[in-house]
Amino acid sequence: MRLDTILRVISKLFIPFIFIFALYVQLHGDYGPGGGFQAGVILAAGVILYAIIYGLNAAKRAVPIRLVEFLIPLGVLIYGAVGVWGLLVGDNYLEYNNLSHGNQPHGQERGVFWVEIGVLVTVASTMIAIFYAFAGRGRE
Amino acid sequence: MSTAPLHLQDHLPALQVVLPLLGAVVAAIVRKGPLAWLVALAVSWSMPFIAFALLYEVMTNGTISYAIGGWAPPAGIEYRIDQVNAFLLVLVSIMAALVMTYAPRSVANEIEPERQGWYYAMFLLCLTGLLGMAITGDAFNVFVFMEVSSLSMYVLIALGRDRRALVAAYQYLVIGTIGATFYVIGVGLLFTMTGTLNLVDIADKLQAVENARPVIAALAFIGVGIGLKLALFPLHLWLPNAYAYAPSTATAFIASTATKVAVYLLLRFVFSVYGVDIAFGDTPAATMVLVLAVLAMVAPSLVAIFQSNVKRMLAYSSVAQMGYIMLGIAMVSQTGLTGGISHLFNHAIIKGCLFLSVGCMVYSTGITRIEQMAGIGRTMPLTMGAFVLAGLGLIGVPGTAGFVSKWFLIMAAVEQGLWLLVAVIVFSSILAVIYVGRIIEIAWFREPVNAAVSPRNPPVEMLAVTWVLALATVYFGFDTRITADIAGQAAELLLAGYR
Amino acid sequence: MNLIREIIANYNYLITIFLMVAGLYIVVAKSNMIKTLLGLGVFQTSVYLLYLSPGKILGGTPPILDESFAVYSNPLPHVLILTAIVVGVATLALGLALVVRINEAYGTIEEDEIMDHVDRDDQA
Repeated sequence: MRLDTILRVISKLFIPFIFIFALYVQLHGDYGPGGGFQAGVILAAGVILYAIIYGLNAAKRAVPIRLVEFLIPLGVLIYGAVGVWGLLVGDNYLEYNNLSHGNQPHGQERGVFWVEIGVLVTVASTMIAIFYAFAGRGRE
Repeated sequence: MSTAPLHLQDHLPALQVVLPLLGAVVAAIVRKGPLAWLVALAVSWSMPFIAFALLYEVMTNGTISYAIGGWAPPAGIEYRIDQVNAFLLVLVSIMAALVMTYAPRSVANEIEPERQGWYYAMFLLCLTGLLGMAITGDAFNVFVFMEVSSLSMYVLIALGRDRRALVAAYQYLVIGTIGATFYVIGVGLLFTMTGTLNLVDIADKLQAVENARPVIAALAFIGVGIGLKLALFPLHLWLPNAYAYAPSTATAFIASTATKVAVYLLLRFVFSVYGVDIAFGDTPAATMVLVLAVLAMVAPSLVAIFQSNVKRMLAYSSVAQMGYIMLGIAMVSQTGLTGGISHLFNHAIIKGCLFLSVGCMVYSTGITRIEQMAGIGRTMPLTMGAFVLAGLGLIGVPGTAGFVSKWFLIMAAVEQGLWLLVAVIVFSSILAVIYVGRIIEIAWFREPVNAAVSPRNPPVEMLAVTWVLALATVYFGFDTRITADIAGQAAELLLAGYR
Repeated sequence: MNLIREIIANYNYLITIFLMVAGLYIVVAKSNMIKTLLGLGVFQTSVYLLYLSPGKILGGTPPILDESFAVYSNPLPHVLILTAIVVGVATLALGLALVVRINEAYGTIEEDEIMDHVDRDDQA
């Protein structure tokens, strides 16, 4: 029997709930503390917990490093694209007022929603990339 | 879905910052060195067009104000362009375009293949940060762009070949972060006293503030914070190592743009937001900056004479030249400010040319130590020719751009009867003769040794860009319309303040 | 007596100043690179307090619109500090990455030992 059975079982139970909690924090940014940055860090913490308990190689199989390095600029691209969407609709850069057929509150909600998704993607993948960069060193 | 047609020309202020940002993202996604370079080249060359369009618009129609997100200032973030920062935007864009044209083979020579994509992405991010700092009219937005440009500069410097580049980047990180945090403290104090972050609005509300002490304290914090970024004399310790060990293209770009944008920021806060009465009336700020500027002109020049690494020598020379610019500012007169602002432009061109020619030398021979440069003037005449032209500009020989700005500074000192300052300006120009002359003597009057004997040919684009800048130094020495006139208008605008 | 009362009433600013000076002291006095970065973190934390504590309106609720509440705390400092925290995290991550690379290149993270190595590299 392995010495870390308790850790492995508990983390297997917890990690899905960590991801759901991250999603909750992301989507409830309008109504309570939350938003993209916090949710991204929680999401990354879930992946890093998996890496710590099950080993770096298992984590790299689940979340490959090339995917992570692609997601980092993708989040910034999503954020910038929302701004350009505002330009295409005819307003100033990052103006959300007309993103939902002229309905101003809905437009604001849409704009903030997509912007926060961009922040979530970049922050989560950056934290995971930092962990991968540090964790693999020192073995050679 | 469209409610109004898209007129790109209305959105140029936003595009000036958004294009390099999206370009950096695309370069990071693309990753391979040559492809990332193409993206960086395309974006860098679109920047001068946008900047010139903005300059033309400002010269004909006056100040431009662009509300980000459609939220009207002072509640929202505003990009505000007048003569002062339009001039700076043109400078930064042109230097970026020129350095990017110069870059591909220099970067391929100095940086490992798998890191070249990141290098170009960081370069574009640095460009975004610098352009954003120059264009924005919101105090906290300045901090965000300042940190974007600073963090990418730390990475650019750390990508240098030598392991000392890592230490230089680390020192710059610590000192630069302290500087940025001081700036944030200053803005926090201003925010607490005035309740707003928009620069024009702060200028308005500062008059109504009864208790002047936090306001003056905020000016002190902001001054020291920006002073750390612009390498004002005692706060310059990060600069020599950072310039010496970074890759050649990074050094050339950073040396010609980063400190200049910090000077602009200082001008904006001291003159536009605070106004000459508060900033210089109640405080001994003018005298203090004058003393520091004098020390900056003399002490680093003396140190530069004894350096053994040519890039380090040029770095100390940069600190000394910042002293000239600060001298122009400390004199608080139309002529002095014109001299300071035109020296900003001239020094950027001169230092850019000097560092780019050193980059050619590094590419062809790998030499950076001065005694190894013996005879290199004979084996690489074109490269060293550009170095000499720019060096003459550094000294301030009549007929070069450096002379124009020094003329204004001397005139300003004579106007105020400060004959000692005239003597100091002349003395530090003599020191410049010594350290530039030392290079010329070693490069031409000694026999070539070792690596200098048969250098490989520097690529056409590198020589071409270096010579464009060298010829620009001479051109702006004769045609002073652009530098002196625009600088004069900018000085007038600054002295008038936002009120 | 009035002065002492005023000083105690502004305890939030006292804590801010203490953290600021402590952070700067750590940056200047410690030669271990990681300790320097931590001192930088303490210094930046004091700045967050500097923004947040004046932003709290006495009797104000968190700034979320609701019919039952009329007085809200100022949301602007919170937004500014979120940005500043992210910048601080990025700086810390970059600093630590540089320290890891310096450790691999020089074998140490004590600044005085590294300056010795750098001086020797300069002479060579």
